[in-house]
Amino acid sequence: MNSEDHYRNTAAIKASLGKRYARERRFRWYGRIAVLGSFVFLAILLLDIVGKGLPAFTQSFIQVPIEMDADRLGLGPDPTEDELYGANYLAVIKASLRELFPDVEGRKEKRLLYELISLRAEYTLRDRVVENPGLIGKTTEFWLLAHAEAGSYLKGQVDTDLPEADRRVKDLQIQWLERLRAEGRTAERFNVTFFTQGDSREPEMAGIKAALYGSFFTLLVTFLIAFPIGVCSAVYLEEFAPRNRITDLIEININNLAAVPSIVFGLLGLAVFINFFELPRSAPLVGGIVLSLMTLPTIIITSRAAIQAVSPSIREAALGVGASKLQTVFHHVLPVAMPGILTGAIIGMAQALGETAPLLMIGMVAFIVDVPGGITDPSTVLPVQIFLWADSPERGFTEKTSAAIMVLMGFLIVMNAAAIYLRKRFELK
Amino acid sequence: MTGTGESTSRSPGRASATPAGGGDATGDRGLNIRDHSEVSGYETVGKPFVDNAKMAARNVNVYYGDKQAIMDVSLDIGANEVIAMIGPSGCGKSTFLRTLNRMNDIIPICRVDGDITLDGEDIYRSGQDTVLLRARVGMVFQKPNPFPKSIYENVAYGPRIHGLAHNKAEMDEIVENSLRRASLFDEVKDQLDKPGTGLSGGQQQRLCIARAIAVSPEVILMDEPCSALDPIATARIEELIDELRENYTIAIVTHSMQQAARVSQRTAYFHLGKLIEVGATKTVFTTPLHELTENYITGRFG
Repeated sequence: MNSEDHYRNTAAIKASLGKRYARERRFRWYGRIAVLGSFVFLAILLLDIVGKGLPAFTQSFIQVPIEMDADRLGLGPDPTEDELYGANYLAVIKASLRELFPDVEGRKEKRLLYELISLRAEYTLRDRVVENPGLIGKTTEFWLLAHAEAGSYLKGQVDTDLPEADRRVKDLQIQWLERLRAEGRTAERFNVTFFTQGDSREPEMAGIKAALYGSFFTLLVTFLIAFPIGVCSAVYLEEFAPRNRITDLIEININNLAAVPSIVFGLLGLAVFINFFELPRSAPLVGGIVLSLMTLPTIIITSRAAIQAVSPSIREAALGVGASKLQTVFHHVLPVAMPGILTGAIIGMAQALGETAPLLMIGMVAFIVDVPGGITDPSTVLPVQIFLWADSPERGFTEKTSAAIMVLMGFLIVMNAAAIYLRKRFELK
Repeated sequence: MTGTGESTSRSPGRASATPAGGGDATGDRGLNIRDHSEVSGYETVGKPFVDNAKMAARNVNVYYGDKQAIMDVSLDIGANEVIAMIGPSGCGKSTFLRTLNRMNDIIPICRVDGDITLDGEDIYRSGQDTVLLRARVGMVFQKPNPFPKSIYENVAYGPRIHGLAHNKAEMDEIVENSLRRASLFDEVKDQLDKPGTGLSGGQQQRLCIARAIAVSPEVILMDEPCSALDPIATARIEELIDELRENYTIAIVTHSMQQAARVSQRTAYFHLGKLIEVGATKTVFTTPLHELTENYITGRFG
């Protein structure tokens, strides 16, 4: 090559540079647009959910002076505790409301008036009186839980421009509520009920606790089954099993299993665990087993990948000082692979947490009010609860649905944070 | 301690089969092969056998699937000697080294036949425990591969799994002694709880040597231990190998002929899976018998 050739080459390369850089710039912009797009979608989704869900974390209360009239309660002098429990608190509330609004007349109007207050108020009063029977015969100011519809008006969620017939909150009720508000007899408080109660037909009394516990127990069962079995299978297949037709077949099947629609696992759970083994219906035990079947392939596949990624030099080092195969795997390979295994487990668990379809099949969609106390109690789980609430016509459940989604996401974040913490600890070692 | 190889090196080709046996007439015909330009009618020339063999390989063939990596190699490794194995890439020297403590067992397609003995006992016999074998025949690898654990744990691991220390004090002593013998102790004594992976390359390799000698092996196999190290670290490891010779038998694979010349008493030259020539290091490097050996050490190829 002479200098002429060199010059020509340089010129050719220079000429192509512009094009190459332009391509790179274009590619970067595609990337930025893609990232931006996904962020925008995520932000819209989050804002929508948070915007709708936040009101669910507060509850409206109405202050009513209650006259604990012994006659109206149906109590004699010196009532026993049983009598206190059985007393007619509803009558007292109704009378007190009538007193507060003396100009309310007629059956229909009265019913509208009573509907301002939640059914829960009755039990609140009962508990207070049982706690302190001295209240009987006196007039005391009580903050009573507002009915969901009245509550949603007080939160400003009701469109008053709609014709009255299309609203659940009627004009009269709006007048009363405005009067109460003007008198300072209304208040918004943190919604403790939402976190301490199970599901209910009444939105203002419905809580997430039962579903939260159900999800917790279900995932506990899932984790206890899927994690050890998954990791052990991965270790065996990766480190000990001979490579032959049978192990190839197993591998193909594991990969296929990961792609099986989840509802199929639900059917399996119904047929095998409930109908054949007669395990309790709607219980986290069965839900957990079904979800662990679903999670297993994910955990096995990611664990195998993590074990494969461990540098062979570490295995050689351990074998070289005379460690047995088992010692090599458990002392050296697994600790190094653990962060990757945990990542896989957390992906699987997150999937399981959000899974609804297979749980519908095994009856976890039933209306269950009680908070489950163990893995054999009937219960529901967060995604099913969201599904149930989203399906309910009452206005109060709309905000509950979004709030439940927020709780579900919070659960997910806590789970991920725990996994990241564990991973960091393993990485330090 | 240089073995019989040194003393008889002036009469090349005079090697006789060791009493430990299995040997063939290889040595006797070695003298005339010098003029042959390729390995036909393959025989190992020089002195593959010694009187005080620690390990002895006889007619060893190694296959990876259908491919034969080692062809009919017979070689003694004398007690308390350093034997260097040299040869171009892919000549099978590392493969041969790894057959000596059965590290090839972990490669599923690898098959070994022939006899390899340690103190006269066949290490491939069916009752042989590889855990015990590898405790007696330790290994240092090409790339420093400390465990991702503390320096102390790296050294203590071997003694711990073999139950060599009965309490903390004994373990501390083993760790300190091993690190001292690997001439690493002074550099790391204040950071024994720091991760071994945080050391420099040369220190890591010395840590691996300390880890290997912590279980008091009888033989140490080194597979190109200095290939990833700079000249200063290499010099330290070479010094160390020379010191270790007092207590251990060492087989070292190396790509550096200078290194082989500096640290070993005997040298074995491999070519394409065949053991071409074995002899006292001085002889091999000054008056090689085989043309392939000569070509290699004079830098004509490899």
